[in-house]
Amino acid sequence: MIELRGLRKVFGDTVALEEIDLSVPAGEIHGIVGRSGAGKSTLIRCLTGLDRPTSGSVAINGVDLSDQAGAEMRHARRSIGMVFQHVNLLDSRTALGNVAHPLQIAGVGKAERQSKARELLEFVGLGDRVDNYPSQLSGGQRQRVGIARALAAEPKVLLCDEPTSALDAVTTDQILGLIRSLRDRLGITVLIITHEMSVVREICDSVTLLADGRVARTGKLAEVISEPGSSLAKDLVPLPPVGLDEGDTVIVEVSLAGSDLPRVLGSAQSVGVSADSILAGAVETIEGRQIGRIRFTVPSADKSEELITALEADGIYAEVALK
Amino acid sequence: MNDPMWFDNPAITQQMLPATIETLLMTAWSTGLAVLLGLPLGIWLFTSSTGGIKARPVLYRVLSLIVDITRSIPFIILIIALIPFTRFMVGTALGWQATVVALTVGAIPFYARLVENSLREVAEGKVEAALMMGASNGQVIRQVYVPEALPGLIGAATVTAVTLVSYTAMAGAVGGGGLGALAISYGYQRYQSDTMLACIIVLVLIVAVIQFLGDRLAHLVDHR
Repeated sequence: MIELRGLRKVFGDTVALEEIDLSVPAGEIHGIVGRSGAGKSTLIRCLTGLDRPTSGSVAINGVDLSDQAGAEMRHARRSIGMVFQHVNLLDSRTALGNVAHPLQIAGVGKAERQSKARELLEFVGLGDRVDNYPSQLSGGQRQRVGIARALAAEPKVLLCDEPTSALDAVTTDQILGLIRSLRDRLGITVLIITHEMSVVREICDSVTLLADGRVARTGKLAEVISEPGSSLAKDLVPLPPVGLDEGDTVIVEVSLAGSDLPRVLGSAQSVGVSADSILAGAVETIEGRQIGRIRFTVPSADKSEELITALEADGIYAEVALK
Repeated sequence: MNDPMWFDNPAITQQMLPATIETLLMTAWSTGLAVLLGLPLGIWLFTSSTGGIKARPVLYRVLSLIVDITRSIPFIILIIALIPFTRFMVGTALGWQATVVALTVGAIPFYARLVENSLREVAEGKVEAALMMGASNGQVIRQVYVPEALPGLIGAATVTAVTLVSYTAMAGAVGGGGLGALAISYGYQRYQSDTMLACIIVLVLIVAVIQFLGDRLAHLVDHR
């Protein structure tokens, strides 16, 4: 559904994207994560044809947007639905008018586009808000209208650019639930750009981690996060920073990836480190797998080496956490 | 000094009403024409500017220069300079119909600049959203820029109309008719301070009403 091959984008002397290969099959929800400046926005602008790639290809539904222009480009864009962080609804139009807008652009008659828009607003749970202007809606309701609008032209692909970054936690969950139900009911392919780990955790099937304009990791969510020492896993299940005033003690951080809690505790017990030595821990179940980290505090460097050796013998990844 | 005053003064009782109507006609016609012609010019300025949806820097600079030159000519000089053009358009250089020509020519670039600034206020994200839906430039202008900027465009038309009211008074100095002509020929040249004051009061009322109606209309279409 979405195929990126060797995508490269250069602005002047700055390389924004380099060698991006990405493939998202139909019906999958794929997350693109990365810090600000990692190239997420440029990637989405290349996907939608707002920016032209310096080289490489961008195909959506088998159509390469990077070599189209004019009316063809406009037509191709209609097969992509786009959800924005700041929603970008028109203040001069009601919810109904906003949802009907893509159909108006496509030349659909007034009666037809209004009945379609009404249907979509009902689908996103705003059947009683059709005549409200955006200023009369809450942030979450506005984003629902934005999603209904993105669906109006019946796209095969939904691109979401930080769709929940401006929303509170409860509203975020509702919007993510809505996106998931779209995929389940319409079989739509979703690409979601985010810096929020909760979004990845909640709805993504697969994920790509961008760093400095390159793909640092890509794959099924469960695989990517269970790689030992995975930086994505660390971001997904954060632990507080290591304190500085622990004296001579050494802190050993154990990754649960590919293991589980009882095995880690058993291993530690075998070298005399009990559960009492656990300083901090965070464990979450993502797609049926326990991922997370546990920090043990041990009295000396010798003891920490003993513990790490014992854990690694059991196939568990552990490292000394820096103070 | 023994001239009849106020409501015994024929300049007020007989000429005030026709002069007021002339001023209103001049203002209405020139505002209408300036909006009709200034809106496309303002849109053209905006879309051709750097960062516009159809950026053409050279065209923009040329348009911009013409607009600035027209705007920097004092209105009273513009009226005189335009006399041949006015004769060509309406057959005479005297009376309120002739003044409308000069008023319109003077107000078009004024309104166009205000239009350009109003359009600039429309959030870029809204435009990108429409482009992403496959909108053409024309659709973006008609369906996004103009409706989203409408309160500002109405506000700009109000400012233009108020400015035109004072320009009509100026045109009175060179045979333009209306309240300005009345104030100058009676209030100034014949020392009738009552006529002068009456003209000022009516002009102030006209401006107040235009401003009030403009604000109401802008508020009605503002859903922000």
